[in-house]
Amino acid sequence: MVDPVVWDIGYLVSAALFILGIKKLSSPKTAPQGNRLGAYGMLLAVLVTMAKMYSEKIIGLELIVGGLALGTIIGVWMATRVEMTGMPELVALFNGFGGGASALVGLSEVLKRIDDSEMITDSVPFPDGVELYATWIAIGLSVLVGCLTLTGSLMAMGKLKGGFYIPLSKKDDRGRPKWVNFPTWGPPWLNFVKGGMLVASFALIWLSIQEPGNTDYVYALVATSGLLGVLFVLPIGGADMPVVVSLLNSLSGIAAAFTGFVIGNNVLIIAGSMVGAAGLILTFIMCKAMNRTLPAVLFKSFGGGGKETVTRTKVGSDPEEVAMVCDGITKCVIIPGYGMAVSQAQHAVKEFADMLEAEDVEVSYGIHPVAGRMPGHMNVLLAEANVPYEQLIEMDEINSELPECDVALVIGANDTVNPVARSGEGPLGGMPIIDADKARVVVIIKRSLSVGYAGVDNDLFFEDKTMMLFGDGKKMMNELNAAFKDL
Amino acid sequence: MSLTLATLVASITVFILAIFLGFELISKVPPTLHTPLMSGANAISGITIVGALFLSNTQFNSGHPGLAAWLAFAALVMATINVVGGFMVTNRMLEMIAGKKKRKGGD
Repeated sequence: MVDPVVWDIGYLVSAALFILGIKKLSSPKTAPQGNRLGAYGMLLAVLVTMAKMYSEKIIGLELIVGGLALGTIIGVWMATRVEMTGMPELVALFNGFGGGASALVGLSEVLKRIDDSEMITDSVPFPDGVELYATWIAIGLSVLVGCLTLTGSLMAMGKLKGGFYIPLSKKDDRGRPKWVNFPTWGPPWLNFVKGGMLVASFALIWLSIQEPGNTDYVYALVATSGLLGVLFVLPIGGADMPVVVSLLNSLSGIAAAFTGFVIGNNVLIIAGSMVGAAGLILTFIMCKAMNRTLPAVLFKSFGGGGKETVTRTKVGSDPEEVAMVCDGITKCVIIPGYGMAVSQAQHAVKEFADMLEAEDVEVSYGIHPVAGRMPGHMNVLLAEANVPYEQLIEMDEINSELPECDVALVIGANDTVNPVARSGEGPLGGMPIIDADKARVVVIIKRSLSVGYAGVDNDLFFEDKTMMLFGDGKKMMNELNAAFKDL
Repeated sequence: MSLTLATLVASITVFILAIFLGFELISKVPPTLHTPLMSGANAISGITIVGALFLSNTQFNSGHPGLAAWLAFAALVMATINVVGGFMVTNRMLEMIAGKKKRKGGD
């Protein structure tokens, strides 16, 4: 037997690596190194665990190695296969797996304890008093938070994808199965249902403490918390996804921390609660960028019902006209939104920027913190298209530059450039925006004049200096590029 | 592995301190790093793999692997996907961001 202290020291080093890793992940220069430190920390934790099990007694080695190998193969396959445009879904899915694993560990632990106590030969009695309460509450919470994270993340993944194909359904003329949009539904009374279910979950944990041998309560808890995760994300619309995704990220950390209480391991508690804190910080950054509170995002349906209908009209422009306007300018700011991500126009945008730069135009990108569907979505997409990262400018900084800007090219964004937000009224009131309207000419690529997520009409579309290019983001960018080349 | 009062208090201490530490560590994050920070932190939350390992072992050790054992095995696979996939994806993103900086510096 090796002194158990050796293992604890190993875990301590691993926890230190996680702390350093997270610290370094928050600065651009050191981020790659931070990620590697985190990975080393994880490898060390796994190796220490394997060594500890080996020194004690290991029997299921084939299965354990098999499980690790299977997970590695799937993980590598998914991580290398994914396109940058599919990144939000994948991050949500991995997050769900993390939460699910924590829930399963809790579940497995409780079943094991019940099994052990039922065996007559070497019966292990349930602990009593504080021990029982502490253990069962920790298990219950790790199952509750873990299940909620799993189903909530799967829902978020569906919403990020926008919908799904029904397998085996009748194919349309283009040979695709039927496409169903992912639902967003949440009447106000649903909040009471969710609240009731949360109370029920705690009641089930309490009941399982009263009657520790009863597995029914445990399974009921799994079902309740899983359903709660679904209902939690169901009412939240696409544009609020950055908040939800970072909150779920936080929850998966908390679930891991509770699992740490269950198995009595500090490295889980440290790593899990740090991830929980990190996710919460991101959540608040996202909320601030929308000028909404976290409860408002989670529990008030937004924009859904009272959408303004657009009565005004605006004549669309040709790509040729826009190309002529862009000829001979000195400064252009590109403002991307979710529309760029949907149409995957980032490469066409970069091509346009290259052409402008060849004519000595100063090009920069104005990035709104909640543009897209996850925190930093636009930055990742533009980085994929090889846009130098110095050109991606934060909202506050770009706003001071926009008054000197000749052309602001808005592609697939709406609420994040709506000047009505400055008036402080309506659903968008007070939300920080990118001041695209301060530029000399505004070019907007959008499919129609329809309102954005907030359901508010956008005056910017109807201003005299605004040129609308109606159509799919990528298609219009390509036409604009062709027109610019022909000049 | 039951929680005694002493270990419980010690665990809660670590829990609270680590939360404060997390808040202090990343007070300001540039937007470029929002996605990598999220997916990197997500990979770290796969630390639950340690729990999955221990449980898989004790469960299969017991000689009669039941439902609990297979749940532990499923947890192990899920946690491994989370960890391996998470770190790899984060690395890919960061290489994209940092790789460009290097080229720019070389000009």
